[in-house]
Amino acid sequence: MKKWLSILLVMLLVLSLGLTGCSSNAPAEAPADETPEEVADDDEVIRIGVFEPITGANAAGGALEVEGVRLANELYPEVLGKKVELVIADNKSDVVEAASAAARLVERDKVTAIIGSWGSGYSIAAGDIVRDARIPAVAASATNPLVTQGNEYYFRVCFIDPFQGTVMANYAFNNLGAKKAAIIQEVSNDYAVGLAKFFTDSFRELTSDEDSIIEVANYNTGDQDFSSQLLNISSKNPDVIFAPGNFTESALVIQQARQLGIDVPIIGGDTWETPEFIDIGQEFVEGAVFSTFFTSETPITKESEKFLDTYRSKYNREPAAVTALGYDAYILILDAITRANSTDPVAITQEIAKTQGFEGAAGIITLDVNGDAVKSAVIKTVKDGEFTYLDTIEPY
Amino acid sequence: MTFDLFMQYLTNGISLGSLYALIAIGYTMVYGILRLINFAHGEIFTMSLYFAFYGVTVFSMPWYISFAVAILMTAALGMLVERAAYKPLRESPRITIMVSAIGASFFIQNLAIVLFGGRPKAFPNVRLLTGVMQIGAVSLQRLTLIIPVVTIILLYTLLFLVHKTKTGMAMRAVSKDHETARLMGVDVNRTITITFGIGSILAAIGGIMWGAKFPQIHPVMGVMPGLKCFIAAVVGGIGNITGAVIGGFILGVGEIMLIAFLPNLTGYRDAFAFVLLIVILLIKPTGIMGEKISEKV
Repeated sequence: MKKWLSILLVMLLVLSLGLTGCSSNAPAEAPADETPEEVADDDEVIRIGVFEPITGANAAGGALEVEGVRLANELYPEVLGKKVELVIADNKSDVVEAASAAARLVERDKVTAIIGSWGSGYSIAAGDIVRDARIPAVAASATNPLVTQGNEYYFRVCFIDPFQGTVMANYAFNNLGAKKAAIIQEVSNDYAVGLAKFFTDSFRELTSDEDSIIEVANYNTGDQDFSSQLLNISSKNPDVIFAPGNFTESALVIQQARQLGIDVPIIGGDTWETPEFIDIGQEFVEGAVFSTFFTSETPITKESEKFLDTYRSKYNREPAAVTALGYDAYILILDAITRANSTDPVAITQEIAKTQGFEGAAGIITLDVNGDAVKSAVIKTVKDGEFTYLDTIEPY
Repeated sequence: MTFDLFMQYLTNGISLGSLYALIAIGYTMVYGILRLINFAHGEIFTMSLYFAFYGVTVFSMPWYISFAVAILMTAALGMLVERAAYKPLRESPRITIMVSAIGASFFIQNLAIVLFGGRPKAFPNVRLLTGVMQIGAVSLQRLTLIIPVVTIILLYTLLFLVHKTKTGMAMRAVSKDHETARLMGVDVNRTITITFGIGSILAAIGGIMWGAKFPQIHPVMGVMPGLKCFIAAVVGGIGNITGAVIGGFILGVGEIMLIAFLPNLTGYRDAFAFVLLIVILLIKPTGIMGEKISEKV
């Protein structure tokens, strides 16, 4: 019995080793926990860190961005005659892990630049590390203003939450005719709290009523039961519910709201655009409306067409907005390296800051003094189990 | 607060509490018999959801067959964990077994990440269970009522098993004293394995109902329920099955009422369980139904 068991255990161990081995041999996947082999020929390779949630609550968002970065890496594998190597670091959807994942990229993997992360909180956690190391970082879809504020090494290729919050407040007020709104927010998530605040400010201004936000309910990342918060909200009878938060929790919030008989519109932000939002929310998320960065229905630039063609032929489906932004973050860094004609991180940072009218897949990128892109927002809804384009809102 | 609204909070609380109760029973049974906290219990709970998920999606079994298979596989996994991680250490100091339990927990968690990936999956939707019904002004998922009923039935079945059958008698004997039980002709190892099997079956039933209620599964989802149910077991009096169920109800209803009456404290929802643990350890360390622990000489 004992012998049989130890054989079984050894086999299990070998199996798990084999499995991890397989995945690290997959093309272009640089294992996070192993030092890349080409340490010796540092001059031949430029390493770009990809700092994303690969596991944990936000894994689906991270996966979409990594898809975009990889696609860009396949199309543009070289710069200044050197090969570009992606080093993927998993921040495990956790702010503490995020800081150590960023430190690992900077100190051990010696990356030239960093892309990411999905989820503003992780980017904020990495902020001090990239600034102290003087390594440029470009966030693809982190929208909280604090990511780039007071940090000349952090940039982003997307709009910021004050704009997004205003867009959704306008949508609620003008398109839905809402006078009273309730908020249910993921209180442990910097992104959700920030977005809720900007929505509140803007909605109060639009309705000229200080009491137009009638209830603010909170929940934590990873929570699965929202029934009490939703009952609290429904007892106040709002016209609309604004629910910024992670896609999985938000899908469950909407599902439970519908099951409790709450039938007012529920609106949210860019994080909702992942396949999991619809998989988990099923028919309950029909009609949910959110703002995002990009729609594949109307290609904006030449780069968009190139991105869309390659993506569609490779994956045979429509890309998410954050995939396009991951792609943009990569080509923006490559462009800055070309302009700087150097692999010195500080020189690259200066070139990124000068970006004006750069053609990305998700639109023209012009960075302002904070390093934020000024871009239009897209409003989408869920219709027949698909994300469907509703409207484009230009920057105010 | 209207009466209807209060009833709705209460039913939600009882339903959540019942899920906690089912998982807490697994902790309490293993503790009762081995004086060991089975840290891998939360992971066993997670695996039951993946078994059920793959049964329906990959092997396209009807949900009831898939759920039954998942429950059996989870029981097998629970017994395997016992054989692999705890049995070889039966005579070792308790701290060694505890470290092994933590190791088993991390091993299963990471195995799940490697095998199933880190992205969350949607648990299959079973209309029969998730359908919505109206009672007066109260709108409820059918599961909200099914869960407490299932829990109570299982509790009584288990109490019958422990107090009226030979296997149950063996379990009680082993929990008192391994050596003496062995001398009386009780197969101690078999009894312990059965205990793990039963605990895992309850975790699987709890897990599947959890998945139907909150249809989202990911590899580390068992950590928080695992901790909370461990607390429920301690609050009820660890080692006592009825106590575990009572602890689960207190925790579930307490959490929901905390949010209902003090919405500002919602962010501290998970902290409620830990505060409750501290309070109970200060006031009545043996738990609500706990027996006085007499140290063996």
